Amino acid sequence: MMALNSLDRDILNLLQNEFPISVRPYQKMADTLGIDEEILLERIKHLKDSGIIRRIGGIMDSRSLGFYSVLCAGTVEEDRIDQVAQRISAEPGVTHNYRRNHRLNLWFTLTAPTQDQAEIILQNLEKELGITVHTMPAERVYKIKLSLPMQEDYYVD
Amino acid sequence: MLTETDTKIIQYLQGDIPLETQPFAQLADQLGISEEQIVKRIQSLYEKGYIRRLAAVLRHRQAGFKVNGMVAWQVDEDKADKVGRLFAEDDQVSHCYWRQVPDSFGYNLFTMIHARSQKELTDKVEKLSQCQDVKDYVVIESLQEYKKTSMKYF
Repeated sequence: MMALNSLDRDILNLLQNEFPISVRPYQKMADTLGIDEEILLERIKHLKDSGIIRRIGGIMDSRSLGFYSVLCAGTVEEDRIDQVAQRISAEPGVTHNYRRNHRLNLWFTLTAPTQDQAEIILQNLEKELGITVHTMPAERVYKIKLSLPMQEDYYVD
Repeated sequence: MLTETDTKIIQYLQGDIPLETQPFAQLADQLGISEEQIVKRIQSLYEKGYIRRLAAVLRHRQAGFKVNGMVAWQVDEDKADKVGRLFAEDDQVSHCYWRQVPDSFGYNLFTMIHARSQKELTDKVEKLSQCQDVKDYVVIESLQEYKKTSMKYF
């Protein structure tokens, strides 16, 4: 269990929303928060070590970069779903893969340089694994922004 | 068009920005340009939309958001834009898409909702449903995470 204090919460909110594009981004953030850069770096390191922060980096736009990505779902027998899921996860273009509580019980996202390449990967998976993969490409994107609001004090695992 | 320097910068930003006072110094060294030039390139990649933002990505569970529900809604195509935009405004909705879906599935508007508890999720879904009068939906929760990573483009 780790308790987040109010400084941690401010840091997490800022890091999720306004990481400065600057030669010294942490100094800028520290100024915003009114603390020393050294203390900020220490707290962020702590938040990373504790596992709350997965990564601090760039979030790219796959479409702008010319890539094709698609949400996929299939129905897999429960007794072999782990095995099937592991094979699917082995594809480098598969970034998310979850077992879910629906008739379609395996959901994953695939990103590939072109739609053709994505389709070939999926066809090969279908053949190899004996499953049917339904594709659900985005018609419109209204929002892609994960920013979890850190508010009042609470304990987290 | 992306230059070779651009792809190298994107490659670098796909990983972790180091926790150092000058996190781009090493990259600048490698590429033989100044840190200021790196930052300028990043700014330009951001303005052109290749980079959505620089940010921390949290592990939901550790951050206290234990429940993540993929909620798929059945919305008539002529209403999808309006409902999609409004759902997207909610803080706890991280992703909102209108998708082409197989007829056998039928739910075409997708939202990913993050909540601290089952009740919070249920309440949020209920609220979204009522405020947009979308009654037909399915809450699909994750039972197991097999993979979650960020794409390596280059």
